[in-house]
Amino acid sequence: MTAGTVARQHTAPAHRRAIEGRSPWALGWMRLRRDRVAMFCLGVIVLIVLVAVFAPLTAHLTGHPPNEQYRSTGLTPDGLPRGPSRAFLFGTDDLGRDILVRIAYGARISLLVGVAATALTVVVGVVVGLAAGYLGGAVDTVLTRLIDVVLSVPFLLVAIALVSVTGPSMTVTVLVIGFFSWASMARIVRGQVLSLREREFVEAARSLGAGDARIMFVDVLPNVLAPVIVYTTLLIPVVIVVQATLSFLGLGLAPPTADWGGMLSESQAYYTTAWWFIVFPGAALLVTTLAFNLFGDGVRDAFDPRRDR
Amino acid sequence: MVRFLIRRTALGVLVLWLITLSVFALFFVAPNNVGRTLAGRQASPETIALVEHRLGLDQPLWKQYLHFLGHALRGDLGYDYYHQVPVIRIIGQALPITLSLALGAAVLWLALGVFNGVVSAVRPGSAADRGLTVFALFFYSMPSFLLGLLLLYFLYFRLTLSGHSWFPAGGYQPLSAGIGVWAQHLVLPWIALALLLAATYTRLTRGSMLDVLGEDYVRTARSKGIAERRVIVRHGLRSALTPVVTQFGIDLGQLIGGVVVIETVFSLPGLGKSAIDAINQQDLPVIIGIVLFASAAVVVANILVDIGYALLDPRVRLH
Repeated sequence: MTAGTVARQHTAPAHRRAIEGRSPWALGWMRLRRDRVAMFCLGVIVLIVLVAVFAPLTAHLTGHPPNEQYRSTGLTPDGLPRGPSRAFLFGTDDLGRDILVRIAYGARISLLVGVAATALTVVVGVVVGLAAGYLGGAVDTVLTRLIDVVLSVPFLLVAIALVSVTGPSMTVTVLVIGFFSWASMARIVRGQVLSLREREFVEAARSLGAGDARIMFVDVLPNVLAPVIVYTTLLIPVVIVVQATLSFLGLGLAPPTADWGGMLSESQAYYTTAWWFIVFPGAALLVTTLAFNLFGDGVRDAFDPRRDR
Repeated sequence: MVRFLIRRTALGVLVLWLITLSVFALFFVAPNNVGRTLAGRQASPETIALVEHRLGLDQPLWKQYLHFLGHALRGDLGYDYYHQVPVIRIIGQALPITLSLALGAAVLWLALGVFNGVVSAVRPGSAADRGLTVFALFFYSMPSFLLGLLLLYFLYFRLTLSGHSWFPAGGYQPLSAGIGVWAQHLVLPWIALALLLAATYTRLTRGSMLDVLGEDYVRTARSKGIAERRVIVRHGLRSALTPVVTQFGIDLGQLIGGVVVIETVFSLPGLGKSAIDAINQQDLPVIIGIVLFASAAVVVANILVDIGYALLDPRVRLH
């Protein structure tokens, strides 16, 4: 954010003429492209996506399927995990499984849940926010109260309770996260729509005979997309952490599915004897959330000029 | 002001009622096997039915709910299924632990967050600003359980190995055991929680300080020749702290309801850990009691924040 900002301030006058006549989107993208930190993080994100997509390739190259237990080669004679070696680059876990391969497969879970739950959040949040802000009146009152209720629920506690009742699965994780996250998105969108509703272009659309649905989704929605996109990028890492936290607390996915939170949970008992068991999955998780957060920060600077400093 | 207060309180009560309703409904979505667990594996269906009858689990759902609500209104949250301990007492025992954790960490994260935010804002774009931003984002991105495990590894395990057993691995000692012992057992969880939360405050303080330092009255103060340090603290920080106070109220409300992950990692039997234990046992009265208490903490914190806002800014009262 800061490096890019400084660069931007110096170059802005020289580019002023070139900037004229471009859409806010093109401008935002141009600013984002000049933000070196954000671009580097985008590269890291692409890399993680590639690792997730080609996870079977790591299994193929090492010859270690993710759930295969190498009890003789992967464990010490005492039955403890083995450290990094030529055969197991990132070492093995408590059951003699290849940590490297499991991390690659774990990336699939994190990204899948991250994207799916975020998408659900965005869709619900935007629709509720649009409806509350634009329709106003009783609809607004009811929806705002609903938002208040959801925001005052102790999220993690209830999420854990829900998962424990329904039994852990990926669908449940996505639904639970989506169920509790839409409210902040709805609040942001509602706030924006409240002021947009009074603008002339909405009046114009209405006098041309446009219906409420058309005005909401065709005229108003594009104008709230910038904050929505910013919030979305920053939501993905939060969702990934929540998913990992649920797994860590034993409410993630059924074993033997490899996922980062679950691996860290298993490593807890071995943190004194097998550092690699905690360091590599932990690093994978941290690098992912850090890359998304730094990138999201860049997106905010680029697309939300009021916050620009 | 009084009307504003009444309206906010009524709203808070409504929110709490909706929460009891949803949490109650939640636990009857899935088949509940408390009777079987309690009666034991070998129990006959009659015994199980008897246990369920004694706990009122054979009653229709709405009757169970009304029964629960009636008692809750009188401050009685029921008894836990397994040991017949009043839920209020379970909360009462866990609360001091969670409070010790949350309040101690709050001092640390406020000091760290506000100080870093001010340093960043005074010279935006400087090396210090960039360094602190990275520092904040690093811990902001860190999952709480990972930070907890790392602290345990380095500050408990490695230190103890090298002969400095300064920090215990976890557990809780009450204040009555001596303030030193109490604090020693809480230092690592405090650090973990503070680092995780300080990031938000650094960014919040930085943003709002930058806004305030651009105001005319700050320029006026500077042009009057007031020392820079005084301008920053007295004129700048004072008004820049409003959003920080808001966030602080909200965060504290959330934390008082239980710090689930940190309490689990450091084996602190606070509200969060008690809730997890209850969830694993399907101990419904305890779960509802803690969730309700935690929601109440959030609701009360929000009301306090709103009152603070209304006192600071009269325009808020009109909504």
